[in-house]
Amino acid sequence: MSSLARLRFSRRVARPFIRTIQTTADTTQLQDSAHETEPFWVKIHEDSFQTYNCDKPELDVKMAADALYKAKMIRGFCHLAIGQEAVSVGLEHGITKNDKVITSYRCHPLAVLRGGTIQGVIGELLGRQIGMSRGKGGSMHIFTPSFFGGNGIVGAQVPLGAGIAFAQKYNEEATCTFAMYGDGAANQGQVFEAFNMAKLWDLPCVFVCENNKYGMGTSAERSSSNTQYFTRGDKIPGLQVNGMDIIAVKQGVEYARKWTVEDKKGPLLLEFVTYRYGGHSMSDPGTTYRTREEVQRMRSTQDPIRGLQRYIEEWGLASEQDLKQIDKDAKATVDTAVEEAKASPIPNTQDLWTDIYYAGTEPSFMRGREREEVHHY
Amino acid sequence: MPSIASSALLKHTREQALKMPEIVWADAELDEARGTSSLSSTTGRETRKMNTYQAIRDALSIALSTNDSAIVFGEDVAFGGVFRCTLGLAEEYGRERVFNTPLTEQGVVGFGIGYASMGSKLGNSTLGGRGMGGTAIAEVQFVDYIWPAFDQLLNEASKFRYRSGGQFNVGGLTVRCPTMAVGHGGLYHSQSPEGFFMGAGGLKVVIPRSPLQAKGLLLSSIRDPNPVVFMEPKVLYRSAVEQVPTSDYILPLGRAEILTTGSDLTVVTYGTSVYRCEQAIHLLTHPPEGTGIERTVRDALGDWRRSRKGQNTSSTPTIELIDLRTILPYDLPLVLRSLSKTHRLLIVHEGPTTGGVGMQIAGDVMSGFNTTSTTNESEEDVGRMRREAFLGLEAPVKVIGGWDTPGVALQYEKFYIPDEVRILDGLLEVLAY
Repeated sequence: MSSLARLRFSRRVARPFIRTIQTTADTTQLQDSAHETEPFWVKIHEDSFQTYNCDKPELDVKMAADALYKAKMIRGFCHLAIGQEAVSVGLEHGITKNDKVITSYRCHPLAVLRGGTIQGVIGELLGRQIGMSRGKGGSMHIFTPSFFGGNGIVGAQVPLGAGIAFAQKYNEEATCTFAMYGDGAANQGQVFEAFNMAKLWDLPCVFVCENNKYGMGTSAERSSSNTQYFTRGDKIPGLQVNGMDIIAVKQGVEYARKWTVEDKKGPLLLEFVTYRYGGHSMSDPGTTYRTREEVQRMRSTQDPIRGLQRYIEEWGLASEQDLKQIDKDAKATVDTAVEEAKASPIPNTQDLWTDIYYAGTEPSFMRGREREEVHHY
Repeated sequence: MPSIASSALLKHTREQALKMPEIVWADAELDEARGTSSLSSTTGRETRKMNTYQAIRDALSIALSTNDSAIVFGEDVAFGGVFRCTLGLAEEYGRERVFNTPLTEQGVVGFGIGYASMGSKLGNSTLGGRGMGGTAIAEVQFVDYIWPAFDQLLNEASKFRYRSGGQFNVGGLTVRCPTMAVGHGGLYHSQSPEGFFMGAGGLKVVIPRSPLQAKGLLLSSIRDPNPVVFMEPKVLYRSAVEQVPTSDYILPLGRAEILTTGSDLTVVTYGTSVYRCEQAIHLLTHPPEGTGIERTVRDALGDWRRSRKGQNTSSTPTIELIDLRTILPYDLPLVLRSLSKTHRLLIVHEGPTTGGVGMQIAGDVMSGFNTTSTTNESEEDVGRMRREAFLGLEAPVKVIGGWDTPGVALQYEKFYIPDEVRILDGLLEVLAY
């Protein structure tokens, strides 16, 4: 099975071949017999990780079947991160509820996993009152108490992540922050500013680069002089992880969490090599800067959900029938959620003028759309 | 002529300082909450002679000692800061709470926003509100360097509460930065960019005029559950000296202050320009004998008297001087109330004129757009006041600000900054119209 990186390099012959990361979805091997209720051991492919100034995570992983099942539930409702599901699912299963996550605008799966609801996300996408930001944020602005949002400005969430991590360190909490960004945002100046501060003060911050190979319509090679994003933290060690394998992601995240929280070694850079099937956004068909064949090949050979499906089937944790049922149930859940969200009204007009200042400290009134329309506080 | 040091606008005695209008004593508030008898406003209170940087240092010290979540950070703050505003705070409160940052304004403000957004369990609990936890007091070394952080302030800080539907906020964030000119700062140490923030709903912008004001307004800004950009006129750090109460007190945000009452012309200003306006008013009332200024003033006031047919023609005009204090959102009703009495308005500031605060105020006075009211007036009150103010105008609203050049070039600085002569000229123009 050809890896993503090999596929790319095969077209660029002039470039010297370097050993690159394994990015297929189903390289994890069962060690003993899998069990539906008891934990069991699996082995992750050794090429799933590349390191920069740190040791590799353990390749032998203890898995519990319920996590695999739960992971399956997020399928299908979110368009913008399709292909990258392994990152959000693996991340959520590798951290605790008290850890904090802040990410870019590609935020829907995390919003659900971090305590949100499917109707809340869809409601927010539709701009309805049921939405997680009451319909006022929209697709890029979804929050939960441990999830500091989708953020619309490329890279702007990264220094915020450093600040959140500082608060955790200052409050002596045994938690860390995962500050996520893409390969496009990796070239923003403020990302390097955040790296520097985090290492300078050894903050419990894991910088997570979701390298989906394209910053909008420009491939990583065309935008970055160094596409090994996990090596770009200077004194911050880095770990590159196969971002198409949920189990490898989970293992990488647990390693990072241990690094920052338990071992108190300061920040770590985590790069997930992954792939987005869709365009950058809804206005991008996603086929002008890459071939349909490339997308198709990724879909058919490296899909993280299919990979997981294969594990579950091969290890005998569930039958094809069971998986189809889970799929069906998930689809039904999403369908219900969509209907619920659609039924919710759009935000009240007067909410255009709320949440601007803290209640009680705002101006006593603001003018509305016309002279007679006045909003009081 | 009054200088900053001898200004009558500064509180030179303890009694004057303690009688500062609208002052709110923290211990009195506490007593009220507990239902115990409160200290009277003046007895038993001490004041100390402080300049502005000492008053700011005093406010930061109170903020750090009364709130465990408060942190102070910025370029060079651990060893006092370039203007000494954080002198000794690191030694007193620990280097984990008062620390230097790299020279990275965008990163530093983003870091502060992250800290303020973190629902810290420490401190500020009485203010409530989810996420109102971390009190982040950031310093940008000069306001001229705030531009890399402009994105963070506008796109993250001002919108955080709004775009999360009220779930998150960064109310604990205060960004301090020295502003305005000292006379030799040049292009990158003399700017007054407050006008660029005027459209940033969700943010507050505060500019104090004196040590007593700086302490009260800074503590207010730090405790205000909204992000605040606090701009400190840097020429006042050492030159403005005042008796400042030593205890914990705040002055309200969103409230302008009438410094001298008058009935013939309203002058609205803030920061360093307050003192230049005081000087210009002094030149108007006491023009130096035998000079061209005296002749110009005499001629203009003759025109002014002739325009006031049937009224006392021997009088000299009295000027109402207003310090805006909070620039965003600002106290429009106070300006309108004054204007409906004086019928003439002059606005003075150092920042560029086009798109600046002065033009905004002039626009608010004349257009039908009821923007906001920071005080208790109803929209009917404000609407009526605007009508009265507008229909009663005896002269076009005049704005004296910096020129629309790319900045304050060193060689032109004295020419760029509105000085007392330019302001006097504006006073006469508006009076004699």
